[in-house]
This record gives sequence, C-alpha cells and structure tokens, in this order.
Amino acid sequence: MSVKVLTANRLTDGEAVWLGANGEWLDHIDGALVARHAEAAAALEEAGKAAIKSNLVIDVNVIDVEERGEHLYPVRLRERIRQLGPTVRLDLGKQAEKPAANAA
Amino acid sequence: MYRYDEFDHAFVSARVEQFKDQVERRLAGELTEDQFRPLRLMNGVYLQLHAYMLRVAIPYGTLSSRQMRKLAHIARTYDRGYGHFTTRQNLQYNWPALKDMPKVLDELAEVEMHALQTSGNCIRNVTADHFAGAAADEVADPRPYAEILRQWSSMHPEFSYLPRKFKIAVTGAERDRAAIQVHDIGLHLKKNEAGEIGFAVYVGGGQGRTPMVAKKIRDFLPVEDLLTYTTAIMRVYNLNGRRDNKYKARIKILVHETGTEELTRQVETEWLALKNSDLKLPQTDVDAIDSYFRPPHLPQRPEGWSALASARKADHAFAAWVDQNVTPHKNPDYGVVTISLKPIGGIPGDATDAQMDLVADIAEQFSQDEIRVSHEQNLILPHVAIADLRIVYDLLLTDSLATANAGLITDIISCPGLDYCALATARSIPVAQRISERFADPARQADIGELKLKISGCINACGHHHVGHIGILGVEKKGEELYQISLGGSGDEVCTIGDITGRGFSSEEIVDAIETIVDRYLEVRTDKEETFLAAYRRLGAAPFKEALYGEAANAA
Repeated sequence: MSVKVLTANRLTDGEAVWLGANGEWLDHIDGALVARHAEAAAALEEAGKAAIKSNLVIDVNVIDVEERGEHLYPVRLRERIRQLGPTVRLDLGKQAEKPAANAA
Repeated sequence: MYRYDEFDHAFVSARVEQFKDQVERRLAGELTEDQFRPLRLMNGVYLQLHAYMLRVAIPYGTLSSRQMRKLAHIARTYDRGYGHFTTRQNLQYNWPALKDMPKVLDELAEVEMHALQTSGNCIRNVTADHFAGAAADEVADPRPYAEILRQWSSMHPEFSYLPRKFKIAVTGAERDRAAIQVHDIGLHLKKNEAGEIGFAVYVGGGQGRTPMVAKKIRDFLPVEDLLTYTTAIMRVYNLNGRRDNKYKARIKILVHETGTEELTRQVETEWLALKNSDLKLPQTDVDAIDSYFRPPHLPQRPEGWSALASARKADHAFAAWVDQNVTPHKNPDYGVVTISLKPIGGIPGDATDAQMDLVADIAEQFSQDEIRVSHEQNLILPHVAIADLRIVYDLLLTDSLATANAGLITDIISCPGLDYCALATARSIPVAQRISERFADPARQADIGELKLKISGCINACGHHHVGHIGILGVEKKGEELYQISLGGSGDEVCTIGDITGRGFSSEEIVDAIETIVDRYLEVRTDKEETFLAAYRRLGAAPFKEALYGEAANAA
C-alpha cells in the first residue's frame, strides 16, 4: 500500500530532500515522515506550504511511496531517480554516497 | 570571431552584478521563490531533479579556445567535472549550487560569455549552421547576421515578455544544417539573380507538442531589412499570439490559425511602417560586424593530400574517421572536422573538463582557435589543414573523441530526459546508449549509412524526435516508460515531421523495435545509395509498420 511523504529541493544547492519526522529536511528518504491516512497527508500539504515560506526549500511536493521493510520506495520512477541520482551516472548523486537499490 | 565592445562588457557586467544582488537577497530570504524564479530563469538558472542547472549561451555555437577552457574550468570548479552540449548549441551544467552562480557568471563574463536569454519568453540564443564560415557549399557566413540579431534582441524591452519563447536560426547554405524550418523564424541566407545577399524568411516552425514546418513568407529579403522585417514579425506575434494557453502560445499556432497568406499580409503591412525606420541596417554597420567574421588566413598546405593518402592506406580506422567526420572546406587544403560526442555507449553531448581542455588545445594549434557546437550535440573544428588531420585524429583518440560516426545511426541526439530533467516523462539517455551499443559495429553502421536518430524524454521535444529519420519519444504510461516511434522526419532543407508508427514500446522492447526498422530498411532499399530517409519517402510507412506490428497493422 502506498503512503505519502513530503519532498523538496534545498534552496542553497537544489539537492533533493525529504521532510523528517523531527521536522528537519533530510538528505535521504529513509527516515522521512510518513503519512498513512488522509488527515496526515493534509498535514503534509500544510507543512509544505509552511516550508516554502521558511525559505529553506523550493518545489515542495507530496509524493507516493511504498514501505518496503525498513526502506521507503517511491512509486514513480521520477522520484526514485531523485532519490538516487542519474541512472546513467552511478558515480553521481546520492547513490554515489551510499549503497542503494537500483532506481530502475 | 566577434569581440565584445565596451557596451557589451558593461552590459554583461551590469547583469552579473544585478543577479549577484538578487541571489544574495534570495538566500537571505528577502525574495520569495515566486519573486526569484523569473529572475533566475532570465539568467539561465533552472531547477532540475537533483540540483540547479545553469544553461550557458553559446551564440551561434561559436567558441574560442579560451572560452572552451573557461567552460572546462567551471565544470571542474563549480560542477562535477563535465558539461552537456545541447541541441540549441548551448552548454548545461547539471550540479551548480545557487550560491556559486554569481561567481560562475563572473567567470563567464571574463571570456565574453553569459547565460542571458537561455530561458524565459524572450528571443532565445540565435543558432546558426555549425559549419558557418568554413563549409564548401556556403553562399555567405550566417554568423554576422546572427550576431546582429543577438545584439538587437538582447534585453529588447518590447520583446522580453512575449507570449512564449522565440527561437531564430540562420543558415548560409542550400543544405540546411541549422534546421531553420523548425524554428519560430528561419532565415536562409542566399544570393538573388543580381548576386546580392538576402534572406528567404520562414515563420512558424517548431517542434514540441504541436510540430509544424515553417512557412516561407518571403523569398528574398535584402540584408538592410533584416531588423525591420524581423521586428514586424515580432510585433504581429506579440500583439496576436495567444497568452491564454501556454500550449497554444508559440507563433506556429498563430501562423496556423491565421493562415499563411493573412499572416504574411499582416507582417508586410507592419513592415511598411518600419521599413525606413532607424532599424534599417546601414551597410557600414553590417560591414563592421562582418569584419569580425572574416575568414582566417589559411596558408596553402597542398602537401597534405599525399600525406593523407598514405595515412589512410596505413590505418583503416583513420580512413573511416576521415570519410565520416571530415567534410569539405572552402579551401581545398583544409577540412571541417566533426568531433563526435557520441562514443559507443556514451552519453550524447556530454564532455568532461579534460575533453574540453583537449579540444581547446587542438583548436588553438590546428583550427585557427575556433570551435563550434552543433545542434546535433557534437563539436566542430572548422579549419583543419588536411596535412594536420592525422595528428588531430591521434590527439582526439587520447580521450575518446575520435568516434567515426558523424551522421550515422550511433550519432544520436538525446535530451537529458528523466535522468536529469524536471519536465521529462521518461529516460532518453539509456535508450540512446543501448541503441548505440546494439549498432556499435563500424561496418554495420557504414552499411546502414546516413541515419539520424533522435530521442526526446517528453513531448517538449528537446531531442528533436519529430525531425529524426527515426524519432523516439519517451512518455510515462501507467507508471512505466513507454517509447513511441516516428519515421521519416527531417530537419534539413526538405523538412518533414515524422509519422508515428503506432503503439509504443516498453523500455525492454524499444531497441529491438529500432533494429527491426533498420533491418527492414536494409531489405527494401534499392541499393546502398538509397538512404533510410529516401527509402521511407519512396515506400511510406507500410513496410516498416508491417515489420513492427505484423500485417494487421496495415489492414486498417
């Protein structure tokens, strides 16, 4: 079943980030605050609007993810590529920092 | 090459200072993203999937070695050691931080470069034939006129908020290498019967979600009327182009909905009022700009021909590269070298900082300090002596820049696609890589002959798929990448939009589907002289559809 998380790009360098349970913006999706029902998803939307005003991030979006064991797996390929980096340059992006599943 | 005058320097420096202040205010929270976004876009700064992207303008695709070295330096210092040459003769950096942008623009300004008008609803960077000033078949060099258009359009107050972006391309040869008929305005520089230089004017071409071939609205426009006539077109568009619907806002839609005859009438009426205005180009001004583009002094080097003959004989790979990547120069002792940025299995258009430095060194020593960027995402050395081809080839070989595939099936145009681009709906680079690997065998490529394969990762068509002899469009369907094929497109002087074959193919199926089409072409061509495009034009889609989908495909 898909649940939702809040994602954005960091203002200073454009890096993809996800809103963590502690209210911080995280560099990796695991640890993101997960919304499991409509009210929680609405709260994420509100958090997104507030985040834009805070000037820490831009291009804020609620996205669908699946919970796979301890990991969060974005439903759309676009989001999986944002999570890892270009599939044609495995030496770049977040995938270059830590071992991770193949985006495709 | 054109050199900035005092006005140009002051103009670009002022813009860098302005943007520096805007970035500081944004980072300090004094500007919201809604306020800042249009400002950053006017300076070429986009937001992509993983980071910001900076698009650097390379006017009419012309670079000096010094400029290329600066691009390499920026890639190394502020990015991840590479850049991506685009289908609009520009360069994109995929990873720069916002805080570094003013420094990057400062560095660019040092070598008379900038990122202005690489985004937004303005007149974009003017493109031109990448063989300009060198090709044997050229009537006149299109770059002086592209430069005049650049100066006129830069920050033009009347045309900075058009209904939509606006692209102008100029070619100076009968053979159209600049794809002018898929631009908002296409200018074909030619001579009339009296031997005077002028332009055939095309309007309303474009790709994207509604591809259209431009309509010729004037067969011969004298050079002195270049700006008056262009202004007349812009005014008609600015006034009547749709602003209510982004997808119907390009001039191609206006031309289509108004009708060519009526639109031409409107332009000519507007022009009558402008024809003798201050915009009429004095010959002295044209000559002043033209003087920057005078052909370089090329010493006679007849010894090259015998050296070339023996070098060819001794090395088959070198001979293949000369045949494929060297085209005739105006001076018979010279050639125009295409440096392929399409190594087998590589990323089309990407070049590392080291490769950029190497090309700069080679150009300085062997090509009169000149480099061009082609819209086909390759680099060009416009003035290489035949006598120097062997050494240039050997130098290019040292960093994987000597792939002998210009114009062949592995010389694929590909947009960045979903690997980088926020607008993309599917990946395009991996498809290009797999097709390149499938057709890697040089003998097989040579047998197939000229075949332009172009891939876009979304309907915006940055990969020019509509004018690919074989075009591939990646879309997202039910959460999966799906690739639609079109056939018979062409961006040259006989411009056509490709025909969609039918249902699309999955990522797993697409390379086999392309091979099926190519194999069918090899079966049906009259002989090796009949190119894929010629065969398609003779036979139509039927044999290819039948190969792809079976006989049922043509029953309807």
